[in-house]
Amino acid sequence: MRLGDFVTDYRAGEAVLRTPVQRVWFAAFLAFLVALPFVGGQYITFLGCLVGIHIIATAGLNITTGFTGLISIGHAVLLGVGAYTVAWMANNGVPFWLAIPSGALLAGAVGIVIGIPSLRIKGLYLAVATLAAQFVLSYIFREWESVTGGVRGLSVPPAQIGGFAFDSDFRVYFLIMPIAVVAVWASRNLFRTRVGRAFVAIRDRDLSAEVIGIDIVRYKLMSFALGALYAGLAGGLWAYFFRSITPESFPLQLGIFYLAAIIVGGLGSTLGSILGAIFMTLVPEVLRAMVNLAAIVSPAAVVYVSPLREIVFGALIVGFLIFEPHGLAEIWRRIRRFFALWPFRS
Amino acid sequence: MRAARNLMEVRGVSLRFGGIQALDSVDLDVAEGSITAIIGPNGAGKSSLYNVISGMYRPAAGTVTFDGRDITRVPAHKRAGLGIARSFQNIALFRGLTVVDNIKLGAHSRLNTGLMSALLFRGRAAAEEEQLRREIEREVIEFLEIDHIRDMPVSALSYGLQKRVELARALALRPKIIMLDEPVAGMNREETEDIARFILDMKEELGITVLLIEHDLSMVMDISDHVAVLNFGKLVANGTPHEMQNHPKVIEAYIGKTDAEPTPEETDA
Amino acid sequence: MTFLDFYEYSLIGLLLGGLYALIGLGFVLVYKATRVLNFAMGEFMMMGAYFYFSATVLMGLPWWAGVGIALGASAVLALGVERLVLRPLVGQPTISIVMATIGLASILHGTAVMVWGADQWRIEPIVPRAPFFLGDAMLPGQLVWGFGLASMIILGFVLFFRYARGGVAMRATATDPHTAMSLGIDAPRNTAITWVLAALISTIAGIMVGAMTNVSPELGLVGLAVIVVVILGGLDSIPGTIIAGLIIGWIESMSVAVFGSGVREIVPFAVILIIMMVRPFGLFGTPEIERL
Ligand SMILES: Nc1ncnc2c1ncn2[C@@H]1O[C@H](COP(=O)(O)OP(=O)(O)OP(=O)(O)O)[C@@H](O)[C@H]1O
Ligand SMILES: [Mg+2]
Repeated sequence: MRLGDFVTDYRAGEAVLRTPVQRVWFAAFLAFLVALPFVGGQYITFLGCLVGIHIIATAGLNITTGFTGLISIGHAVLLGVGAYTVAWMANNGVPFWLAIPSGALLAGAVGIVIGIPSLRIKGLYLAVATLAAQFVLSYIFREWESVTGGVRGLSVPPAQIGGFAFDSDFRVYFLIMPIAVVAVWASRNLFRTRVGRAFVAIRDRDLSAEVIGIDIVRYKLMSFALGALYAGLAGGLWAYFFRSITPESFPLQLGIFYLAAIIVGGLGSTLGSILGAIFMTLVPEVLRAMVNLAAIVSPAAVVYVSPLREIVFGALIVGFLIFEPHGLAEIWRRIRRFFALWPFRS
Repeated sequence: MRAARNLMEVRGVSLRFGGIQALDSVDLDVAEGSITAIIGPNGAGKSSLYNVISGMYRPAAGTVTFDGRDITRVPAHKRAGLGIARSFQNIALFRGLTVVDNIKLGAHSRLNTGLMSALLFRGRAAAEEEQLRREIEREVIEFLEIDHIRDMPVSALSYGLQKRVELARALALRPKIIMLDEPVAGMNREETEDIARFILDMKEELGITVLLIEHDLSMVMDISDHVAVLNFGKLVANGTPHEMQNHPKVIEAYIGKTDAEPTPEETDA
Repeated sequence: MTFLDFYEYSLIGLLLGGLYALIGLGFVLVYKATRVLNFAMGEFMMMGAYFYFSATVLMGLPWWAGVGIALGASAVLALGVERLVLRPLVGQPTISIVMATIGLASILHGTAVMVWGADQWRIEPIVPRAPFFLGDAMLPGQLVWGFGLASMIILGFVLFFRYARGGVAMRATATDPHTAMSLGIDAPRNTAITWVLAALISTIAGIMVGAMTNVSPELGLVGLAVIVVVILGGLDSIPGTIIAGLIIGWIESMSVAVFGSGVREIVPFAVILIIMMVRPFGLFGTPEIERL
């Protein structure tokens, strides 16, 4: 309906936060993020860090899979590339502000190497190439002992700046969360410009994208490399957060975890990346709590945590695809519309 | 009245699909500033010719020259940048996007924002987006009278409006030539007249050369300056609408000879 | 490497390749009918092997009853999957369906661990274990028998598709679902049948692999390696899959001979990464020309 929303000021029309109310909400949200570790206690802070890392990785996969329509199954191993790069550099005296971008860039470069051959071809080849990369790189993590520490992996000294060490969850939270916010903000920006639109165009209609002047192979590659870069960024933070990594840290299941996150959150939605990452971080926690409860009655129940997690992840993927293909982001939008909290409905 | 020069020249273009000779040594001149129509029965090869011109299919023989440059081997995605825009017979919009975003996509190749600047949305990206929005509102949305649907997802639009959005997307390029593939198929009289008016305006107000495939012959005869007739992949006649009106080859193409070859199957739904 | 080693490893590799081709056939059937690369195929193999294990080891039934039960249970599983997962997704983008099969794989894997535990179990091979000799090469009996069985099944399918009415109908559905439908071919039913056939093939392959390597939740990983085979074979080509199976089997066997068994699990994946750079459409697949 055309009410008062006729946009005459195009700068405002193109803005992400269009109304004062939206800006207030956003400021409140940022304040919440800052306050969280102060009021939340240890466990909440731990979860906050984990969510931050997962949000970055999920946002990356969503760029590749949700927005551009390219399935990547080996997202986890790209986190691994970032994590190993950072771990190795940290152990060789490179400061974190250099190590983290390096990890991201190297993961992006690996993405290009995987992407170049497979993206020339249609459809499913990238999925298979990423699957192959998952196994080959995991093998390298395990076997290239002099660099990766073999099966025992690497331990990572804390990130340090001046005399200040990010050596607790509380401290490292303030490393992770700002980066997560910036990463999400950047991915949101992307889809306000021709680059992001080109990604979506490729997803929605391969050939007419070419006719309007989009170099499909180039943009696919850009999208996949960018997703890999986000994964590498998340992986680097992962190394500084857990402070130890092994070849087991980045299994195929983690890649499926991220696929679940974008599907549950909402394919092709930045808000979806956030909601999906939060939701998926909480699922295993809730499952573990439930199983621990069950273990009071029957101690054997603990062995069910991991298979139960797999079943739930799989069921979430299938269930959301069938019943809510636009994910939590769509549910969120519906709730918002229902309560009509906003002066302008979009 | 003839325009001074040809914006596009198709010479001896041939294209085969297995046993089908979709195009057989086709020649076509498109005068700058004209509306040139391509007519012919189903399966004559009209859309295939478009696909050759826009680089989706590579012809077995022949050349396409645009604006004085041989573009036969230019990759499809580079042709938009030269000023060639088109619409599709079967609507090919980006279904997940709104009308505005679809239209903006049409301008893709004349924008410059790179990845870095897009991520930061500072400097060029922001300025470019703002200016694009302004241009599109004025030159496309207002021009085609689609302000009321600009923020709707295209999948929610009627067939006629989707066709109009395709037109809008092509216009957003600010093309030198716009190639329309059955822009009024399935439209009622009133919608057809609207589109005919837009096409004339494009030519007269915006100075865009128009290439038009259309089965609605009365519209073709009304608005075009030049008509080319394709049949079984061959150019069988061409001239002014008036000349084509009762041309025996045209009648033959549409009605068929008594010993007509079997007609190719209908390709459009 | 002596010539005898080369000869023996080559033969073993080719035999293994026959098995890969059989598993690959399951992928190709589903792909041809629905354009979906089914990432849960390996998990179907694993489930088939567990069904057989449950019937023969846990319930003590004879092998033929075990095979019957495993085939039946797999067919039911495939029908259930078709009904509950695939049919609701008809009309969704292919990428959604592919992702659903990834979810499905996760569900099946978790279920297997829940039900049967994470341990490995031994099942008695159906075929004699006694080795075969071909010249000086000694070939494991199970592999030879498996190869023979796989060849027969594949041959059966090829003949079925070429000559039987049902096969022609399935091919028609694969090439053009709409026209097939208008000709009175029931496309959804054909999709269901395809999935069941693929599950049956997977079950047989799963029992064979299970007898060679033990039954465990990780048995399905073979399926992922076979994805490489079908990609190499061009996804929609049965002859391509057979040849690709033999090639991958041979390369795998030779790599094991040269680098030791540690590399076995990554060989197919390394090979596909290299091949994609050289020959993007696989060996035999048809490059798709989209119609405008
Ligand atoms: N991608 C393709 N593969 C095989 N054959 C094709 C392909 N595209 C077109 N054809 C065939 O080429 C011939 C010309 O088709 P084309 O679409 O160019 O006709 P048209 O003149 O646009 O017809 P219509 O008026 O029905 O749109 C037809 O016989 C058609 O079946
Ligand atoms: Mg046509």
